[in-house]
This record gives sequence, C-alpha cells and structure tokens, in this order.
Amino acid sequence: MVALLLILVPVIGGLLSFFIKNEKSVKGFAVFISLVTFLISLMGVFSTDTSMLHFDKAWMPELGSRITLGLDGVGKILTLLTAASMPVILISTYKNTYHNANRFYGLMLLCQAGMLGVFVSMDILLFYFFWELSLIPAYFLCSSWGGEKRIRVTYKFFVYTFLGSLLMLVSVIFIYFKTSDHSFSMQSFYHVKLSATQSQWMFWLFFVASAIKMPVFPFHTWQPDTYEQSDTAVTMLLSGVMVKMGVFAVIRWLLPIFPVTAQNNSSIIIGLAVFGMIYASLIAIRQDDMKRLVAYSSIAHVGLICAALFTNQNIGTQGAIIQMFNHGINILGLWIVADAIEQKVGTRKFSELGGLSQKAPTLAILFVVLCMANIALPLTNAFVGEFLMFNGLFRYNPIVAGMAITCIILVVVYTFGMIQKIFYGNTSALTGTAKDSSFNINAVLVILVIVVVVLGVYPQPLINLAQQSFNLIITKTP
Amino acid sequence: MNEIIFSAIWGVIMMFCSFLVSNKSAYRHIAAIGLLVLLIVNMMETGGTVIFKVDTMGMLSYSTFGLLFNSIAIGCTLLYVLVSGKDIERLEKNIAEYLVLLFFVLCGVGILSAYNNLLMLFIGIEILTIPLYILTGSDKHNLKSNEAALKYFLMGSFSTGLMLMGIALMYGGTGTFTLEVARTETGLYKGVSFLEIVGLLLLMTSMCFKVSAAPFHFWTPDVYDGAPSVVTSFMATIVKVAGFIAFLKLCYIRMIGTSSAIDWRLLFSIIVVATLLFGNITAIFQQSVKRMMAYSSIAHAGFMLFALFSLNDFANKGLLLYSVAYCLATIGVFAVLAKVKDITYEGYNGLAKTQPVVAAANTVFLLSLAGIPLTAGFLAKYYMLSAVIATGTYTWLVVTGVVFAAISSYYYFRVIQAMYFKTGDPQTEDISGSFKVGLLALAAIIIIVGIFPQIIFNWLYF
Repeated sequence: MVALLLILVPVIGGLLSFFIKNEKSVKGFAVFISLVTFLISLMGVFSTDTSMLHFDKAWMPELGSRITLGLDGVGKILTLLTAASMPVILISTYKNTYHNANRFYGLMLLCQAGMLGVFVSMDILLFYFFWELSLIPAYFLCSSWGGEKRIRVTYKFFVYTFLGSLLMLVSVIFIYFKTSDHSFSMQSFYHVKLSATQSQWMFWLFFVASAIKMPVFPFHTWQPDTYEQSDTAVTMLLSGVMVKMGVFAVIRWLLPIFPVTAQNNSSIIIGLAVFGMIYASLIAIRQDDMKRLVAYSSIAHVGLICAALFTNQNIGTQGAIIQMFNHGINILGLWIVADAIEQKVGTRKFSELGGLSQKAPTLAILFVVLCMANIALPLTNAFVGEFLMFNGLFRYNPIVAGMAITCIILVVVYTFGMIQKIFYGNTSALTGTAKDSSFNINAVLVILVIVVVVLGVYPQPLINLAQQSFNLIITKTP
Repeated sequence: MNEIIFSAIWGVIMMFCSFLVSNKSAYRHIAAIGLLVLLIVNMMETGGTVIFKVDTMGMLSYSTFGLLFNSIAIGCTLLYVLVSGKDIERLEKNIAEYLVLLFFVLCGVGILSAYNNLLMLFIGIEILTIPLYILTGSDKHNLKSNEAALKYFLMGSFSTGLMLMGIALMYGGTGTFTLEVARTETGLYKGVSFLEIVGLLLLMTSMCFKVSAAPFHFWTPDVYDGAPSVVTSFMATIVKVAGFIAFLKLCYIRMIGTSSAIDWRLLFSIIVVATLLFGNITAIFQQSVKRMMAYSSIAHAGFMLFALFSLNDFANKGLLLYSVAYCLATIGVFAVLAKVKDITYEGYNGLAKTQPVVAAANTVFLLSLAGIPLTAGFLAKYYMLSAVIATGTYTWLVVTGVVFAAISSYYYFRVIQAMYFKTGDPQTEDISGSFKVGLLALAAIIIIVGIFPQIIFNWLYF
C-alpha cells in the first residue's frame, strides 16, 4: 500500500496542479503534496510490516507482467531521498517565479512520481515503464525553463538517455525469453540462466543504459550542459535523484542478474569510472561557472560510486548504497547555494563574484559546511560512504585505489577554490550590493547541514538499511 | 463476408446520396453511420453471425485474426471520418464520391484479410489501390496533387504488372492459385520448383512496393507529399496496414513452405535494415512536417516488417497492435497537419500557446509514434522486438531496430519542440470544439491501449 501511495500521490497531485491557475496556490499545493509524499516515505522506512510495503496485481497477462511494487533496503533509502528532496527543492526555490507556474509544478511532481516508481518496481517491465516515464516530464522541464541554449542541450540529453533505455529494453526482452516461466518478476530474472556469450552481450546493453544515466565516462557529455542550462530547481531533481536511477539499476538488476559477467568485466568498468573521476575533477578545476563546476564534481562522485559497486566487496557495495543518499543530500545543498547566489547577485561566474562572506555571512557558513561534506571530511556524512568505498576499492586493487584517491586532493582543490572565489577576496561590482539569503533558504540549508553532521557522526541507521540490500547481491555472487 | 458486401452496398448507397441529398455536411454523417454499421456487422461475424452465406469455393476464408483486423481498419476509418470529416469536405464541391471511395477501399481490405487464393490477393490489392489513385488526385487544381496521382498510378500499375507476372510464374510452378500447396518432400529443393521461387520474389517485390519498403519506397514521399493531407492520412494508415496483413498471410503459407529452398529471413532482414535506414535518416533532414511524416511512415513500415521476418505468435499480435497504434497516431498527426496552414516545422511554432488542447493531443500522438511507454506505440514496438527475439536468431537486428527507434525520436520531438518551446504565431484553420473532442478521444484510446493491450487481444479468443 505504501509503495502504491508513493506513486499515486504525486501523480494525482501533479495532474491536479496543471489546473490550478493561480501561481501562489499552485506553489502551496505542490509543497503540500511533496510533504505528504515525504510522510508516506517515512512511514515506509519505519514500517516493518511487509504486507504494508508490498503491492501486487495482475497487469498484461499476455506478457506475464505484473504490477509488483515493494520496498527493500535500497528502495527505502532512495524513496526517502526522492521524497525528502522534493520539499527541499520546492521550499528553497519558493521565492523564484516561473512563467506557467502550474505546468512547472505539475511536471516536477510527475517527474518525482516516475522516479519513485523506478525505485519501488519489483517487476522489470514496470521498472522500464517508470524509467522512461520519468524522462518525459524531465524533458519538458529542461526545455521550458532555463538558459538560452536549453532546447538544443535537452535534445541531446533526451536522445542519449532514450537510446540507452532502448538498449536496456533489448536486454530485458532477451532475458525474458530465457526465464523459465516467461515472467518479468524479480525472482525469475535473478534465476535466469544464460550462456557466457549471451550474458556478455546483454550485460553491456543493460550497462550502457545505466552508464548514460549515472553518467560514467565516456557517456557523460550530456550532463554538464544539461545541468548548466536547465533551471536550478530542475537541476537539483536531476542530479540529486535522477542520477541515482542509474546506480539503482545496477544494484537492483544488473549485479544480481549478471553476477559472474559483472565480475569478469569489472576491470573495464572500474577503469572507466576511475579515469572519469580524475578527468572530471581536472576539468572542474578549470571551470568558471559554478553550476558547471558542481556538475563535473558530481560526475567524479558518481564515478566513485560506480567503481565501488563493481569491486564485488561487501564493504564497497555498502559504501556505495550509503553514498547515494549522502551525495543526494550534499549536492542538493550546493545547488541551493548556487541558486541563491544567482538570484541575489545575478551571475554564477566566479570571475564576477567575490567577497560575498561580508554581505552574506550565514550563507557563507552553511556553504562551507556543505563543501566540507563535498570533500568528505570526517564527521560529515560523505566521509563514511567514501571511506567504505575506498576500502572496497583498495581490497579490489591497491593501484586503482591509489589512483582514485588522488581525486580527494583534486576535490579539495576545486572546492576550496570555489569557496575562495565566491566568498573571500574583494567584493566585485555585482556582489557589493548583495544581501544575505532569505529565511526559507537558510532554514532548508540548516536542515541539510544537520543531516550532514548527524549522518556523519551516527551513520548506523543508513548502514542497517544498506545491509538488507547488499546481502541480496552478495548471496547471488558465487 | 459481411463486411465485403456491406461496404460495397453502402458505397453504392452513398453514390445515390450524392444527387439525392443536397446538404453537404450530411454526407459525412451518412458515411459515419455506414462505417458504424460495417463495424457492427463485422463484429457480428466475429461472434459467429454471418448474414450472407456465399460459397467462395475456398477462395476466401475468415479467421478471427482477419476479422479482428477488419474491425480495426473499420474503426480507424470511422475515427478518421469523425476527426477529419470537415477537412474532407474542403477538398471539393462534390465530396460524396470521395467518401464512396473509402468504402470501396474497405471492401478491398475485407478481401485482403481473408484471401486464400492468389487471384483474390490480386483483386483485393486492385480494389484497394484504384480508389487511391483517384483520391491522390482529388485536389484537381493543385499541380502537385496531379503529379502525385500520375506518379502513383504509373508506379502502381508497374508493380501490379510484376505481381501478375509473379502469380503467373507461381501458377506455372505449382499448378494452382490456392495459397496452400501440397508439397512432396523430394527433388532438388524438396519439392519447391524454381518457377515458384522466382514468382514469389516478384510477388514480394510488388508487395514491398505497396507497403513502401525499401528499396521500393521511392514513390512514397512524393505521393504522400503531393496528395491532400486528409488523403495522405488515410493512405499512410489503413491502406498500408492492410497491405501488411495480406503480406503476412502470404509469408505464413508460401514463404514458410519454400523456406527449404531460399533463406527468406536473410532477405527480410536486409529489407528491414534498408527500410529503417532510408526512412529514418531521410526523415531527419526534412523541413516540412508532412514530408517528415511520409518518411516516418517508411520507417514504421520497417518496424512492421519485423512481423513478416519473425512469423510467430508475437508477430501476429504485434502487427495488430502496431496497426492500432500506428493508424491512430498518424491519423491524429495528419488531422492536426490539415489544420495548420504552414506545414513546415516553423508553422507549428507556439501552437501550445494558441491551441493548448490540440498541441497536447498532438504530443500524445508523436510520443506514441516515437514509442514512449504508456502509449500504444511503445507496446507495439515492444511486441515487434519480442517477435524477433523469440525467433532466437538475428539479435543484432533488434539492436539495429532500437537504434533507429532512438533516432526517430529526434524528428518527432522536433515538432513537440516547435509547439511548446518556440515562440511564434501559428496560422490555423478554424478549429471547432468537436474536432478537439475527436483528437482527445484518439489520444485517450492510444493511452488506454498502451496500458491495457488486452482490450484488443481479448477479441482474438472470442
């Protein structure tokens, strides 16, 4: 029931939003719906009654597909992240005005519904449905609101991801015909038997889809442009949550279906991921635009998550699952600050910023804490995840781990560079007249900072949730 | 049988109407009623009630599959008349005759879905296409329309010649016109004569021409572009899909029968790839939406050819589903196209501002054509891909297919982009409330079929 409600509430809320013409009321309504969704997801996280969490109904008997929804450990973490980030996004951008506000909020909620659907689907065809459906509102969101080049950039984003998902579809159909009972259920897919060549091919078709979503080098080229051009609220949704869909697909489907093939190909994937990390970090250092910098930093962080997943070490997988949540929280915070600065000052370029700490001390303090989390300093949430992941990577191969660890230094370089260029030094023409951030932004950031610190000191609840999921993956690996 | 006779009768009734009824808008209402009657009698036959019992000496035989396809074709034509009826009226002063032609086309569809004899195939194809030559040229004062009609006629009659030649050779090879041939499993090619193979190849060429599969697709863009939009809508949908149903039956019986002598799958895989390639790549470079839709219809033919390639249960169901998805979506896109005065992409700029309902419905049609989940187009593509994978070979063909499906999203989304994200002042004809209702109904059917495909398949087990 909880899983079904998680999808239905935002869908209905989103559809209703289209008909509310008044901008004020549609904003309030969207925030209300997102809070309701958040409460439901909290219920899901704390509920132990499995009958409450699961939902099963026949759908397309011709094909053997069922509407099977459920929440397991990683599902709980990610639905919580999705449901929690929506109110954060909507409240922090509450003061922004959008033309066609009803459409904007309607699409945001529909996009959220699609992503929640991805995280609760236990039937792979249903999973695929939601995977594609979340893309359509995202396409409209990115194309309608944002920078000048948004239409062309979103086009690239869409065609890229659409191609990836279709390749995944081929893999899904192929495995479907190999299942013993011709069904799309998780159980049948986990127990499917493929020959070595078949699983090699299907593995890569499937992997490309999630690699494009994550994104892993060399499939990342859509990401910085899309993040830069789309409206910051949309960017938050894309980078905070949608990126996790790619990682989630690996955990929920790819690793359990192809345990052996994943192990055989791990060197290639980890190689690409680690190379992508260093590459993205180096590019991030050279960026002048705050959004682009955070976008490249995100590629580096997600690259590490991807690498850790394929190490086939308990500890690495566990770290990756935890880090998905933490990365979502941290990057949301960074985007909120980026948006606040853009709204107050009117630019995101480092060359036009500076000395903002004199004008906006509260924002500066909160931002620095979030930056600490971005570089994974101890006592912040990211430290726990990254420590586990590097640990796993080290057990896999010390040389690769050593290369990946150089990234920590690079992260420090660009993150501290960013702090310096925005908040310290002399005020520029634009920042001279800036005021401190508004109450709602401060409130949201304070909450995020509290989460960052609490999970940094006491990460056990997250680790427990992650435990449930990686047991599933590990037991499958011979 | 019900459908063939009723469509012929109603066609004649409509002809008399043209001078007995003077009210112009009454014609399309009469046509709509006629189509409704056709739909009912056809469904009655599905249920077992045959009104006219005609002994065709085994030349026609009805299966649930064929009857279901008839229902789909009639239903789509009905929706077509309801949505685009007003645009048909704008074609000419005396429009009753044009509506009559629709009924004769449906008569041809009825024969094609039931033929059991090569002569019937030939007659069906002719009944189907001759009205189309007239319809293509119905915009008499437009030079492009005339050119298209002549081109279509010349090319069409040439391909008909090939078809007759093929049938004659097949007769020479097997000694019969019936589809089923008793084969003795002896001799060089296990009882398959050389003449029959050559005949089949000629027949296949001709059928590929009719369904505009590459490399016999060259007439399609010019004819579809030259014909009035309302006519193109009908030609590109019901007529094309009927061609596929006829082709499917031919493949099932004759091509499987001769598969010991020739590898049809290899041949079809080449045609599929060529069709997808020409259709999709050329569609990208078009500036006019109408021409883009012409190439997109070639691309969709490529996808429907997957059914002929694989010939299994998924292929049958998939072709039915594809017919519904493709026809409804294309009818919708063309209905909107007929209302927009400038048919380049620029003509759609800002349509979402001035006509939000039309733009929203058009978006659903385009999403369905692109194959996005929750629309019928996705499941149709899904079935086609499944059909190929179920054959257990040629998995590379599926990958090729999806790559082209992704490419196709490029040009469909260009229209969505123009409607929603570009600013402009699109000029449209008068858009009535009933037109909007019709479009929304089309969109609703597409989405319902996309979620519950059973509502179509349940008829198969009637």
